[in-house]
Amino acid sequence: MSQAAAVPLPKPGARRAAQRGRGKPPRFDVRRLPGFATMAWVCVIGLYAPIVVLVIYSFNDNPSVTIWTGFSWRWYASAFGNEQIRDAALLSLRVAVTAAIVATAFATMAALATTRVPSFRGLTAIYAIINQPLMVPEIVTGIATVVFFALIKQLTGIYGLGYLITAHIVFCIPFAYLPIRARLEDMDRAYEIAAADLYATPWRAFRYVTLPLLVPGILGGAMLAFLVSLDDVVITVLVSGPGEETLPLYVIGQVKRGVTPELNAMATLFLAASTLFATLFFLLTRKRAG
Amino acid sequence: MRFQDGAELTGLPAVEAKNVTKTFGAGPDAVVALDNVSVTIGQNEFFTLLGPSGCGKTTLLRLIAGFEMPTAGSILLEGQEVAHLPPFKRPVNTVFQSYALFPHLTVAQNIGFGLKMLGRKRAMVDEAVTRMLKLVRMEPMRNRKVHQLSGGQQQRVALARALAPHPKVLLLDEPLSALDLKLRKEMQIELKRLQHETGITFIFVTHDQEEALTMSDRIAVMSRGKILQIGTPTEIYEHPVDRFVADFIGETNFLEAEVTQRIGSKGEIRLPSGIEIARELGQQVAVGGKVTLAIRPERIDLVRPGAECQLAGKVENIVYFGTDTHFHIDLDSGGDMTVRVQNRRGHQEVLKMGDAVGLRIAPEAMQVLKD
Amino acid sequence: MTTETAAAPPPAPAALSAAEAAAQAVERRAGVRRWLLAAPAVTVIGVCGLMPLLIVLAYSWAKPADYAGVVWRFQPDAWVNLLFQQDIFSDALTPNYAYYSIYLRSVEMAFLTTTLALIVGFPTAYFIATRSPRNRNVWLFLITIPFWSNLLIRIYAIMMIIRDDGYLNHALISLGFIDQPVPIIYTNYAVAYGLIYAYLPLMVMPLYASIEKLDFRLVEAGYDLYASRLKVLWHVIVPLVKPGIVAGCTLVFIPAIGDYIIAQMLGGGNRMMLGNLIAQQFSTARNWPQGSALALGLMSVVMLALMFYAARMQRSRAQ
Repeated sequence: MSQAAAVPLPKPGARRAAQRGRGKPPRFDVRRLPGFATMAWVCVIGLYAPIVVLVIYSFNDNPSVTIWTGFSWRWYASAFGNEQIRDAALLSLRVAVTAAIVATAFATMAALATTRVPSFRGLTAIYAIINQPLMVPEIVTGIATVVFFALIKQLTGIYGLGYLITAHIVFCIPFAYLPIRARLEDMDRAYEIAAADLYATPWRAFRYVTLPLLVPGILGGAMLAFLVSLDDVVITVLVSGPGEETLPLYVIGQVKRGVTPELNAMATLFLAASTLFATLFFLLTRKRAG
Repeated sequence: MRFQDGAELTGLPAVEAKNVTKTFGAGPDAVVALDNVSVTIGQNEFFTLLGPSGCGKTTLLRLIAGFEMPTAGSILLEGQEVAHLPPFKRPVNTVFQSYALFPHLTVAQNIGFGLKMLGRKRAMVDEAVTRMLKLVRMEPMRNRKVHQLSGGQQQRVALARALAPHPKVLLLDEPLSALDLKLRKEMQIELKRLQHETGITFIFVTHDQEEALTMSDRIAVMSRGKILQIGTPTEIYEHPVDRFVADFIGETNFLEAEVTQRIGSKGEIRLPSGIEIARELGQQVAVGGKVTLAIRPERIDLVRPGAECQLAGKVENIVYFGTDTHFHIDLDSGGDMTVRVQNRRGHQEVLKMGDAVGLRIAPEAMQVLKD
Repeated sequence: MTTETAAAPPPAPAALSAAEAAAQAVERRAGVRRWLLAAPAVTVIGVCGLMPLLIVLAYSWAKPADYAGVVWRFQPDAWVNLLFQQDIFSDALTPNYAYYSIYLRSVEMAFLTTTLALIVGFPTAYFIATRSPRNRNVWLFLITIPFWSNLLIRIYAIMMIIRDDGYLNHALISLGFIDQPVPIIYTNYAVAYGLIYAYLPLMVMPLYASIEKLDFRLVEAGYDLYASRLKVLWHVIVPLVKPGIVAGCTLVFIPAIGDYIIAQMLGGGNRMMLGNLIAQQFSTARNWPQGSALALGLMSVVMLALMFYAARMQRSRAQ
């Protein structure tokens, strides 16, 4: 039976195959579903469009936010010069760095205690407690914290930034914990077994094998904790005392006072910083292919 | 029998397991991985633990290395009880099945790890690493990272790493199973060479009986937590003690025979064909009882029917293997046998399917099995 | 001593060898070490996260003080108010319609957000999961980054666009499509859009994780058995990625129903959701017990959703 050259029915992907020009018969792509690609593109474009608009208009020369007159760096200059913004940024950084460091340290210890261990009484409880901040809506955590701190302030009379930082530490811990735990879980136990076989005491096995392999996870956790603290709005709004204005608080306040192009510029900078750290996190914790 | 007791060689045995039992879990679900196992391994021996998966060979290895503690019994290294010692206190190193090379260290750092943990000075570590790299012929790879190496290269680094601290015993847990056939054969030769050069006792775990036969000084055949037989490859192959060992190693034919006479440990047995042969018998069997004989396919000669032979039958199937030809014979007395004939003069179609043949077997080739 | 019967009792745990006893001692020390390691994290969260919730519970049964805080006198009014209002004059209980509308809006918003997020997120996740491994990472990166950028700024960006004198209206007017600015902000739609925009990545990620594990040979089998693309989607793909769907919906529903910021920024004072109501109790309304009761009510709903999610995960894992 000879293979007659049949006229191929138009198949999905035919155009693509033709474009490739390989002359191979078009394949029925099992994975393709109609309209899905479009939706994905719409989704991504929709996610970025507002951000792009914001960024573009931050370069708008015109003090009126919406009418475009020309390209200018002036708002960035003004934002850098604005003392209130500087103070807010510094405070945000202070809180975020402190909270991230403490939270990551605690989270690392907790991850070491709860991962790759035979189940013991209380393990589920510990796990639940550590993840608790993630399970409660922020507004509830916020008011509960306010209530609690108010009580303490009443009883001890101590005030200060410590309260805000502590509140941040609480919700940063689970965010640092998860990537560290994931990395630890993925770690083949064979390495520590081999280290023990090669005369490493448990402590030295930890120091020379486990820890170096864990570092990307720890850094990733720290990055995440830092980001989350920097970004926090709800809890900060509720818990912060007078004069404690972080960047998000400044934005909210400024929106109420009146939107300025300076705010756009600051927002763009903030966005750039967030993106930078998020990228770092992504790079640190992505699984090596293959 | 030579090498039955390793202590004959030099002083104390390298490793001794005395009545070792290992149970996992408790109650009705408990698994007995090792059941009252005893074995003595001599210095400078290439000793193999051979058996199917689940037989306990890896468990025994882990007990010697220190990753498990025996439920009962003791483990001695050069006469010293070590069962209570953690692995980092035992002068024993392991080559793992998955190699477990540290991914964040270079080849040189991997090899030097053990010595570093022992607190040796930097200069000495470097010198030992260089020596090891030369021994396994990996010098140019000194500063490579592990993921840049091929499977065979990783294997050699794993070896070097375990040998560098010059342990008393080297444990190898199926180290060649991940390699392809050609590389495997190369590494088998390599391992023998290393064992000779370093003089370290090697304890090798495998389920591949061919590997065990080619490489070992002595083999322990294990099944279901027990050691069935310990001996040299020759002993194991030519004189298997029971059915499992006979069946596990190489190919075997089994034949039932009846005991017709007994005087002490010697006796006469009657083959199904009626011929009687004198053989050494074990204690248990009484006159009139049955024994199982193990006969290797290559020890049988095919002769013309009517010539002197112990069994007779018809050719049921002929399988050509290139180097030799297998004949499946339907025995006149019931059952069948496989006969292996080497194609010394090339493939010759002397026999055809259905031909009648006689099987000539020397009495020494019939091994009486323990029941 | 009873004699052994046919059914022998299980062997008593054998006396431990010296080696095993030593191993057990090491295990016990390790256990203590684990507790010590976990202690800081557990203490901080326990004291500053859990205990406050208990205090909130206590507050919800107390009487509001004049400015802030509570007067420690038992008053169940806060809880009653969740459902009923007490008429000042007649002491009769009438349904608290004001609150009901807020509950309804919150639940509506949350459901709307979840549904729309699913409709948009599923094709997106599917598309990403079916790209080549290298492209996949790029797409994931693109979807994840906005999520980790500051939520406030992103909502602010939306605000800037949909305000009456925002970019969108400006563009529409200058292009001549409309004369007057279209009021988009401070409507339910604005809040819904904000919620979807904020939490869409939370829908895409678990969906992606599920779809990525999908064995497409099963899909091929579906096609082989005469199913059309739509049928394959509904009968083969969707059931197989159900865990991802449940996870995504839960992850979106929970922040959506408890939202405070988005409703405030895009909804103004009028489109109050539960989150705003609670916050109000702690600022202008000065009714901490009421806020506490509302907060606990919200938390119960969220806990229910989480338990539902956990139960679903258990069931699918058991399958």
